[in-house]
Amino acid sequence: MHQTTYLGAIREGIAEEMRREERVFVLGEDVGVYGGAFKVTDGFHDEFGPERVIDMPIAESAIVGVSIGAALMGMRPVAEMQFMDFISCGFDQIVNEAATYRYRYGGACSVPMVVRGPSGGNIHGGLFHSQSREAWFTQVAGLKVVMPATAYDAKGLIKAAIRDNNPVIFFEHKYLYRRVKENIPDEEYIVPLGKARVASAGTDITVVTWGAMVSLCQAAAELLEEDDIDLEVIDIRTMVPLDTETILESVRKTNRVMVVHEASRTGGFGGEIAAILAEQAFDSLDAPIVRIASADTHVPFSPPLERFYLPSVTDVVEAARKLARY
Amino acid sequence: MNAKTPARSQRRAPSVADGRDARRDRDLLYGLYRQLWRVRHFEESIGRLNKQGKILGGVYSGRGQEAIVVGTIYGLRRDDKVAPVHRDMGAFLVKGMSARQMMSQIMARASAPSRGKDSWTHTGDLEIGVIGSTSMLASSMPIAAGVALAGRMLGRDSVAVCYFGEGSTARGDFHEALNFAGIHRIPCVWICENNQYAYSTPPALESAVPFYKKGEAYGMPSCAIDGNDVLEVYDTTMAAVERARRGEGGTFVECVTYRMDGHSEADQANYRDRAEVERWAEKDPIGRYRRYLLDHGFDEADLPEPPPDVVQEVRDAVEFAQNSPLPEGHEAAEDLFDESAGVTHWATPYPNYVRTPWLGR
Repeated sequence: MHQTTYLGAIREGIAEEMRREERVFVLGEDVGVYGGAFKVTDGFHDEFGPERVIDMPIAESAIVGVSIGAALMGMRPVAEMQFMDFISCGFDQIVNEAATYRYRYGGACSVPMVVRGPSGGNIHGGLFHSQSREAWFTQVAGLKVVMPATAYDAKGLIKAAIRDNNPVIFFEHKYLYRRVKENIPDEEYIVPLGKARVASAGTDITVVTWGAMVSLCQAAAELLEEDDIDLEVIDIRTMVPLDTETILESVRKTNRVMVVHEASRTGGFGGEIAAILAEQAFDSLDAPIVRIASADTHVPFSPPLERFYLPSVTDVVEAARKLARY
Repeated sequence: MNAKTPARSQRRAPSVADGRDARRDRDLLYGLYRQLWRVRHFEESIGRLNKQGKILGGVYSGRGQEAIVVGTIYGLRRDDKVAPVHRDMGAFLVKGMSARQMMSQIMARASAPSRGKDSWTHTGDLEIGVIGSTSMLASSMPIAAGVALAGRMLGRDSVAVCYFGEGSTARGDFHEALNFAGIHRIPCVWICENNQYAYSTPPALESAVPFYKKGEAYGMPSCAIDGNDVLEVYDTTMAAVERARRGEGGTFVECVTYRMDGHSEADQANYRDRAEVERWAEKDPIGRYRRYLLDHGFDEADLPEPPPDVVQEVRDAVEFAQNSPLPEGHEAAEDLFDESAGVTHWATPYPNYVRTPWLGR
């Protein structure tokens, strides 16, 4: 075992894959000598050289497009968006090109690539450095969508994403980058895409969540012990593919459910989970499904504004109390 | 490219392949002629089938532009890659996809490379190096750059040839791709098909500078050539391909041509002047090339219009496609993900949440 941060875990995961497989390479803005804006690729330039650590111009469409072309030829690119907010500049390439290639080739090609980068708020990054856009990509067939909540998962999931033969959009939560420190195994491991994790076991209310909200919900769970309310926190880890079985199993046990996410409420992926539960577990529900999400506004800059915007531990605690009484 | 290497640019007046060496290889000369007819006859048959209501979706004719796809691809190796766009149906054929495949593609058959998932040129074949495009024009340009980059990373000397209309030079992806390609001397030849119209928009409303100047701006040799002269296209492209193979980077070739039909079959193209269309009809790439061949050792009998084997190939393709089954509806959910690696473990079969259990489906 050794201690690492969430960010360090991602770095370890990518580096291990680059050592294991020559066709894995990274590209993005400032990923070379500088080692990336957040230092995820720190040291890569020295170890792997500029051929496999490609410093790109400010051109997200080219970063994604070049990755697609290379992936079609059998390379395994890992493209960094300096901030996931900038993914909108490469959106066309992801949704119209990367996601559709295999489909329109009748299954005769694969696009094994990862687009990764820092997402999420609570760092006072303002409108353009704080967005949570995972739901956008869940609407597009042919893409896998991942957001880890722990350092262990961050490493295991990035390795799985790199080994996957499909385009994977990998959302890292920048609030967790250096705040999370964990002991992780020295031996190699993979966390498969599409398998949810019971972050905290409980019997009264199921909380379905992901990313930075997982630890927030776990903090709420600890506070709720005083109320004798036992939360079961499910970290879905990946939106696509989604492990509905683990969620359904939990809800059938607790009969009450909250969905908590950082992206704003309307059109968020929580709505999809609520709908699945309404379709597939209606008979198991003793109370309405509760959604807790950010406000339907932009991610604001000033701390009181951002606090207002984001879900809080208090939000989860109060909602859980009401839900338990329903 | 090296900053010290001066950008080469030229602008030639459109002319018949004048002053060329008639001792060129006869097989090459006839081969180009046959491919020109192959492309035209295939596309004309699509036009006829479309009028008979046998084609689904849009039809984008490349009539008048055949010299570009033929001249740029005929000399390529099998491991070279091409990234054509919607008006380059001919590129698919010349690079090696069969008439049967492409006719099935247009007729939405299960036998199509796309297996009915999409139509027209939105597919390809990696085995023979055809990188398909989407309707987002210029989006294939960064992808072509990535394809060419990967070839180099894998230690090969294959090159990519990327096609785009002059209209696409306005898009961000065009600039992002060329900028990247220029910086890293990517072995990709950029073929700008200037057919004078982006749908109905003329060049004066598309760009404030000649199109080939945009290639110069990204540090690569750039030129404008007669795109209706198959030999000029062939010579220019092969020189550019060899340059790319030597590791000297890309070349921007603006092929000046004319779109003889509307943007699609649905477009009557009334925004054009009749005299302009007639002027360009005289520069028809097949007619001109045939006259050239007649002046250089070929007889009328050597140059059937179209060659019988081409007619037979297209007839066979139509028959094959019409007799091929349409795909089954459930196949719509296939070919989304590659699950062959064995690393991806689905917790439940995907897509699992389209089911609504109490409805029984």
